[in-house]
Amino acid sequence: MFEIFGIPSNALFGQLLIGLINGSFYALLSLGLAVIFGMLNIINFSHGAQYMMGAFAAYLMLKYSGLGYWPALIIAPLLVGITGVIVERLFLQWLYKLDHLYGLLLTFGLALIIEGVARNQLGSAGLPYVVPDELRGGQNLGFMFLPNYRAWVIVASLTICIATWFIIERTRLGAYLRAATENPALVRAFGINVPRIITLTYGFGVALAAFAGVMAAPIYNVSPQMGSELIIVVFAVVVIGGMGSILGAIVTGFGLGVVEGLTKVFFPEASNTVIFVIMAIVLLVRPAGLFGRRA
Amino acid sequence: MLDTTTPLLTIKQLQAWYGESHILHGVDFDVHEGEVVTLLGRNGAGKTTTLKSIMGMVGQRTGSVRFEGRELIASAANQIARAGIAICPEERGIFASLSVEENLLLPPVVKPGGLTLDQIFELFPNLKERLGSSQGTKLSGGEQQMLAIGRILRTGARLLLLDEPTEGLAPVIIQQIGKTIRALKEKGFTILLVEQNFRFASTVADRYYVMEHGRIIDQFSNAELDANVEKLHDYLGV
Repeated sequence: MFEIFGIPSNALFGQLLIGLINGSFYALLSLGLAVIFGMLNIINFSHGAQYMMGAFAAYLMLKYSGLGYWPALIIAPLLVGITGVIVERLFLQWLYKLDHLYGLLLTFGLALIIEGVARNQLGSAGLPYVVPDELRGGQNLGFMFLPNYRAWVIVASLTICIATWFIIERTRLGAYLRAATENPALVRAFGINVPRIITLTYGFGVALAAFAGVMAAPIYNVSPQMGSELIIVVFAVVVIGGMGSILGAIVTGFGLGVVEGLTKVFFPEASNTVIFVIMAIVLLVRPAGLFGRRA
Repeated sequence: MLDTTTPLLTIKQLQAWYGESHILHGVDFDVHEGEVVTLLGRNGAGKTTTLKSIMGMVGQRTGSVRFEGRELIASAANQIARAGIAICPEERGIFASLSVEENLLLPPVVKPGGLTLDQIFELFPNLKERLGSSQGTKLSGGEQQMLAIGRILRTGARLLLLDEPTEGLAPVIIQQIGKTIRALKEKGFTILLVEQNFRFASTVADRYYVMEHGRIIDQFSNAELDANVEKLHDYLGV
């Protein structure tokens, strides 16, 4: 055991790990929000509820059909993504030409409905979801104990984030997405079915939230309000990173998770507010966000 | 010259609206395979809207747009592009978030028979040099125009809609664009051109239509141009 700035190393690294875990979820969720905002111009306030839907889908799959964590990690995002596609076709597609406020109000209302239904059906107490057998236990790294499941969450989140970044910034499909963000009418006149791309983008963003929800289930328990607790922080992350910036969402997500963790070590009283303080400072100094393009 | 073949593109009674404003009031004209046809007219006559209406890029349109015998009035822009029509818009539409190469490769190939990249670089040698440039919008105006034309030559579209390709460009670049249009015509492309500059148009066009207040008010061939110069000055207010 050694000390850093008078803090025992295991406490420091423990909080750093918690910070990285939280950061993994911030990054995945703000990434989905950024992708959706970039393409649809919609601030998806139901993102937290859709994250919760992912966790609940995993819980219900285990309870009623015996499908465990690994199938849930694929099936739950797929199912929740499909509900996203339906929501986009039924409601969101009519709002693109209106003020941001309409999309925000609609998705906020949707979040309330989803949470209400979940509370009604499943109660407001947290339901436990067990860590899959393959990821039980942990590694003793000498300076700290690293639970396997938490290591998995960080690796999986980073992988998904980098893969998403790669698709958007480095592939043909990503070029269509970026171009359609700038000038959808012209991209459509080149023969690309832009409305379908928009629908699938929303489905993908929502699926990312559900994926995060499944990963969160063994850590935070499954409860109707698990999303709304997290989403406020995630919105702060998005504002700090810059609305619609993919790289910004990823870097800021992980970065702020770590900052929050370190604050818990050095100045615990501020740990719940540090992200909002940073948000306020960023808004003052760089209103478009750290990675945002000029509005 | 009497052309008895069916036109490649036939526009009949085309009307178009942007929201509440009624821009085109029944446009009729046609374009034959291999022709370069120019729409002339003052600002606000409806030339750009005509191109956008053919492409399905306006809010509402009625009438008939027939291309290769197929009625396209009810089709969406992406379906019209797939039928083999491509547009180079007035504002050029180079994407800032895409590299030069990504801009060039963006429009998907819709039909066989498009130009290869090497053929495009033969027409626009500058583009090849700027291929590594990280941002399409960092190119000069002339290079952006070449990129905007170049990228629709790959797609296999047979009808190209070019909206004021010479606007704001230096005379030497305008000459190069003119040379390119003549080369494209030789390669068998059909071109519908919108121009303010009829001196430029006269170096490339086979026929002209004059637009005013959202209608075609006159037409003549390139051979009849000299006889119509007086009238044209009147129409264009130059």
